[in-house]
Amino acid sequence: MTYVAPRHRAGIYHYDEIDRQFVRERVAQFRGQVERRLRGELSEDEFKPLRLMNGLYLQLHAYMLRIAIPYGVLSSTQLRGLARIGRRHDKGYGHFTTRQNLQYNWIGLADTPDILAELAEIDMHAIQTSGNCIRNVTTDQFAGAAPDEVVDPRVYAEILRQWSTLHPEFSFLPRKFKIAITGAPNDRAAVRVHDVGLVTKRDGDGNVGFEVYVGGGLGRSPFIAPKVRDWLPEEDLVAYLEAVLRVYNQYGRRDNIYKARIKILVHQIGVARFAEQVEAEFARIRGPFYRLDPVLVDAIRGHFAPPPFEALPAVSEAYEEARRRDAAFAAWATSSVHAHRTPGYASVTISLKPVGGVPGDITADQMDAVADLADRYGFGEIRVTHEQNLVLAHVRRNDLHALWQGLAAAGLASANAGLVTDIIACPGLDYCSLANARSIPLAQEISRRFADLDRQRAIGELKIKISGCINACGHHHVGHIGILGVDKKGEEFYQITLGGNAELAGAAIGDIAGPALTADDAVDAVEAVVNRYLDLRTPGERFIDTLARVGHGPFKEMVNAAR
Amino acid sequence: MPLVKDGRPAADTWTTLADDAPVPADGAVIVSLARWRAERAALVARTAPVGVLLPSDAPADAPGDGIAGLALIAVAFPKFRDGRGFTTARRLREEFGFTGTLRAVGDVLPDQYQFLHRCGFDEVELPAGRDAAAWIAAAGPITVAYQAALRDGGPLGLLRRRVA
Repeated sequence: MTYVAPRHRAGIYHYDEIDRQFVRERVAQFRGQVERRLRGELSEDEFKPLRLMNGLYLQLHAYMLRIAIPYGVLSSTQLRGLARIGRRHDKGYGHFTTRQNLQYNWIGLADTPDILAELAEIDMHAIQTSGNCIRNVTTDQFAGAAPDEVVDPRVYAEILRQWSTLHPEFSFLPRKFKIAITGAPNDRAAVRVHDVGLVTKRDGDGNVGFEVYVGGGLGRSPFIAPKVRDWLPEEDLVAYLEAVLRVYNQYGRRDNIYKARIKILVHQIGVARFAEQVEAEFARIRGPFYRLDPVLVDAIRGHFAPPPFEALPAVSEAYEEARRRDAAFAAWATSSVHAHRTPGYASVTISLKPVGGVPGDITADQMDAVADLADRYGFGEIRVTHEQNLVLAHVRRNDLHALWQGLAAAGLASANAGLVTDIIACPGLDYCSLANARSIPLAQEISRRFADLDRQRAIGELKIKISGCINACGHHHVGHIGILGVDKKGEEFYQITLGGNAELAGAAIGDIAGPALTADDAVDAVEAVVNRYLDLRTPGERFIDTLARVGHGPFKEMVNAAR
Repeated sequence: MPLVKDGRPAADTWTTLADDAPVPADGAVIVSLARWRAERAALVARTAPVGVLLPSDAPADAPGDGIAGLALIAVAFPKFRDGRGFTTARRLREEFGFTGTLRAVGDVLPDQYQFLHRCGFDEVELPAGRDAAAWIAAAGPITVAYQAALRDGGPLGLLRRRVA
């Protein structure tokens, strides 16, 4: 396909010279640290927190470098840069994570300063993608496009990105700290399973403020975050978060890594007392020093200005005609095309979950293809979702069929977004030094089992999430069907949970549904549970709703019988 | 012990006293928090300056209302991962208005120096055996900061300012 440069680009945050200088200095600093490590001047114990602050993990087979994709937004130029690095320094691919970041799994330590320098050239870095600091802020992949959006959350996500970058007080917290923000009542950012969850909203006069949740999280001790404040005025966002972090930094547990997250502090002292302490600190520090100036907010909002949309009819005849004519296209459109607030436009999910594939993996060539398609049809912008897919946020409906053909040519037209084979899975024991069991082969096997698209569409919305250990990077606790890998005397087993839900309303941790199973039995159990659902559901009822209506009993029977 | 002050090696003019060591008539001394609480009247009656060492689990209000009598507060970092001291320092400066010298003591990495500085510390006491000049050289300055902190002055600007 001929390359077509974008006539206009979607508004994203653009680095200025100060941002660039900061990243270049940081690269130089890390280069020095790596040299000290290679010369033996730094012990691994001393080097570890420094490399983690730069996203570098030591995994089972190699170093893994995790690149920050702030709130999941990429320009096509950046995606091409990531493809280039994947070719030059990895095995020709990258892996998108549940935190809207990208990981390279096959990195040499000595290469990392050069990789970071190459990232700096595309205004990217790996700062704070690991370590006990404030991590990449995540948000709704349809921000700035969704019809139900009240306030664009990217503006505040960018403010929080800047505020949290090398924060002098909060870079050595008891444990990692994750903030998620949404600006729509339909929460696509799973805010209540984060250390801090923010729901951006407006009061009766149109002023922006935030609902604040603190102390959610998955891992060994899953918690749905309680609300600590119903209304936080926009100008107090930074002051209040400083107060939350300050309370946590002083009183969060440091004696036990498994009890060090803020959720444990909130749970142990109780949300009322925790909120009191935060409010007291907030009252002390609130003032001009931490006030978020509306002029600043407007300046950052300016970066996210909508692209120049054409005036188009709401219904695209070309698109409707293509759907009638082409069944494969229609199937893809049903799962991948989402409503947009502007008539004649749509947001598009690009599934990274081909049947038998590795969830979230993408080759360098595919990255280039997506970048080209984004330039041609999507104002040069790409989003990464926490479900390990990509999104083009603003596409003319007239262009959807051509976009789909372009995706199909790159092997990226899987029509399963949101369906049972759109599985979240962590890297698991294939890569990760923490894992107890492999996640990827199980995801591959389940996706093969349900490969028939007609069957998937008959099943409808069903979220399967797989983690290879209790750290829950695959979010199994909030999967409609969750699968947790466990180690039993050196063998891999899988524990199935039912009824988890990551959405704001109805957020829930799944219940354990029976004994741990072998991989083969676990796949059978998932299939049996799905079949039972098909027997029990009323017309149009989603899996999660049938489960709520009839209870877990009939499904637990299926899991038990699978052994 | 070698000190780093304002980004340069500096001589330590303070003596850290063990709890059972007698208090000398002259000379600046740093005492434990327990000793400060027990012998405060006698310590401030001397003409020489007195400082206190706060353990990492002591909150910023631990010196109590006697804080004005202190010329120096040393904050312990038992492990570099233990970041409580950063908050302690900011609270001492911002909440309790401490204007004396703030010293970081213990297991501190050069890469933390700028964080310490921006949280209100004036100086760092290096672990025994560390060469101050090499330690400073290893820090690798970052001249851009994005958040309001101490030493930068002024209200929160565009969430960023140059610090050097």
